[in-house]
Amino acid sequence: MFYFFLRRLSVMIPTLFVISILIFVIIQLPPGDYLSTLVGELQAEGENVDQEKLDFLRKRYGLDRPVMEQYALWLKGILQGDFGYSFEHNQPVVDVVGDQVLLSVIIAFATILFTYIVAFPIGVYSATHQYSTGDHVLTFIGFLGLATPNFLLALILMYLANVYFGTSIGGLMDPEYLDKPWSWGKIVSILEHLWVPVIVIGTSGTATLIRRLRANLLDELQKPYVTTARAKGLAETRLLLKYPLRVALNPFIADIGNLLPALLSSAAIVSVVLSLPTTGPLLLKALQSQDMYLAGFLLMCLSLLTVIGMFLSDLALAALDPRIRLTGTRQR
Amino acid sequence: MSADKPESAAPLAHYVSDTPFVADETEQLSAEQERIYTSSGWRLMWLKLRRHRLAVFSGYVLLALYGSILISEFLAPYGLHHRHTDFIYAPPQGIHFFHDGAFEGPFVYGLEYKLNMENLRREYTRDESRRYPIRFLCRGDSYDFWGLFEADLHLICPGAGGTLFLLGTDRLGRDLFSRIIYGARISLTVGLFGIIFSMILGIIFGGLAGYYGGIVDSTVQRMIEIIRSFPELPLWMALSAALPVTWSPILIYFGITLILGLIDWTGLARAVRSKFLALREEDFTAAAELMGARPSRIIGRHLVPNFTSHLIASATLSIPSMILGETALSFLGLGLRPPVTSWGVLLAEAQNISAVALYPWLMFPGLAVVVVVLTFNFLGDGLRDAADPYH
Repeated sequence: MFYFFLRRLSVMIPTLFVISILIFVIIQLPPGDYLSTLVGELQAEGENVDQEKLDFLRKRYGLDRPVMEQYALWLKGILQGDFGYSFEHNQPVVDVVGDQVLLSVIIAFATILFTYIVAFPIGVYSATHQYSTGDHVLTFIGFLGLATPNFLLALILMYLANVYFGTSIGGLMDPEYLDKPWSWGKIVSILEHLWVPVIVIGTSGTATLIRRLRANLLDELQKPYVTTARAKGLAETRLLLKYPLRVALNPFIADIGNLLPALLSSAAIVSVVLSLPTTGPLLLKALQSQDMYLAGFLLMCLSLLTVIGMFLSDLALAALDPRIRLTGTRQR
Repeated sequence: MSADKPESAAPLAHYVSDTPFVADETEQLSAEQERIYTSSGWRLMWLKLRRHRLAVFSGYVLLALYGSILISEFLAPYGLHHRHTDFIYAPPQGIHFFHDGAFEGPFVYGLEYKLNMENLRREYTRDESRRYPIRFLCRGDSYDFWGLFEADLHLICPGAGGTLFLLGTDRLGRDLFSRIIYGARISLTVGLFGIIFSMILGIIFGGLAGYYGGIVDSTVQRMIEIIRSFPELPLWMALSAALPVTWSPILIYFGITLILGLIDWTGLARAVRSKFLALREEDFTAAAELMGARPSRIIGRHLVPNFTSHLIASATLSIPSMILGETALSFLGLGLRPPVTSWGVLLAEAQNISAVALYPWLMFPGLAVVVVVLTFNFLGDGLRDAADPYH
């Protein structure tokens, strides 16, 4: 297990390195840098530019130097905990982002939990009642969940939540808790607001998971050992819980790797619609205004989140399944 | 030893049938079986697909939708940019057949417009005294058909002096139904071009990985893993934000399809790779290799035809994610921008809660997206089942 851990870790670090290169290339793609745009704008408006500060920033991030060197400086900064400077907000990226990354993590975690709680019983029901009316209905709803653009769902649910439950529109907490320190009331308020984004972000993931669990369980249920157990007189529920379900459960953990990127993707757009104080809207704004370091940091955070999530899911899977522990690969 | 052999052994009596000898008598095939066994893989796939009712139905729906983009101008009652300044945010006008219990054929009631001075809302009420029968194959807004000739023939038009807003109008008084029909052009083709691009990448990389194995394989695998560990949408957002603003709408359109394909190919590459790994071990591949065929010939002539059906099934299943991706990007304002009209661009109008509360019909383009994505999913599922003819 320890060797597996090391091996997995040795894959993760180069992956992160390559990701950082890709992100840097992407944020460099738009022509021109933000500073020159800003200076141009300010001068056109006749405001005076703090030349000293600009020079300092330009020097610090090597904006006048070749791209390779800029990347090296950026990476060096990241490793030292300096994630760059947000030119638009005029403060270090870390201060701009604040606890928005934390809120993103909370939403992602809650959504995964929701996905599991919903997908598990439905998947089991669909598999054990194959081709029944309930199965057809649930499958159709699942398809619908996959097909609806989640921002549309977000809009509709937000509207319904406001009309029927009086939840304030948008945001992740009631306005009075904004910028307040964490308290019990704030947590309750967050929980009240959390369910809309969690359901919206979770739908497509839930639908996928249900389909996979159903298919896996159906495969298992046809195997001879199930017939044997049944022939020996094992009660149906106990039989289901004891053998096939345990085998069919692997995808639940293995799927975090696929689930997490999809989830963060849909979280990004849903957050924009629901104006949640998470990384999504911030990223959108940063991209629109070419605030490159902020965008780079957010992209890096999101990828880091998925890479770590995959790492953890692989570890959990290895702990569960000796085949993976020993060969070091996933059997699919 | 053989002293007491019988004197004269009469031949044993036995029966010989007169019917002619047929070697494969027990395996006689009926005419129908004969046809199935000798038919090509494609025909088998079609036979199997045909039993999947929902998939066939979805296929026809998609065919109709894709066919409609050829004649959008003819199908839409109004032009793409036709503004009805008197009918801003008008609600959908239902089609009626009966008035006061008497059959009158399809018609719509007139709309009465009033500005509510208390909350400054536009209020439309149905005016039952005015009835406008819908006309068919009539003259309306003129359009430039395919850049070939000027025409003004429409499938349906409003009655004389009336309006026909089947799905309501938007903030500039443009007919939403017509705009959805025009929007299909962009929204449906984005997925198609995107998937072509992603298929090319997927076949190249998946093929290389699967055919050569070893270090090529593990390099491609790592690459796929890295791309997949990015959340898709933020990456799409970052890339499309990088498209220069100076580009013309048509360039942006191709840029977006390129971006969609650039990230989506990993799934197809994986499918191709695993199929390649299996087919590489087959006898016919070894035979081709022994006869000295070049890798490109083996791949192109022997391997690719063998999994084309699978590839098409997987491709069909990944088109929806592209359509949804384009919709999301345009909705956020990072993708296509007006005057290019896609369903995502139309949905961008329904961005805030007031649109949902006051003008819910602005979300109809979303319904179009749902229908297309659903049908693609059903068709893809059917194709995937049918792609394996010996199962």
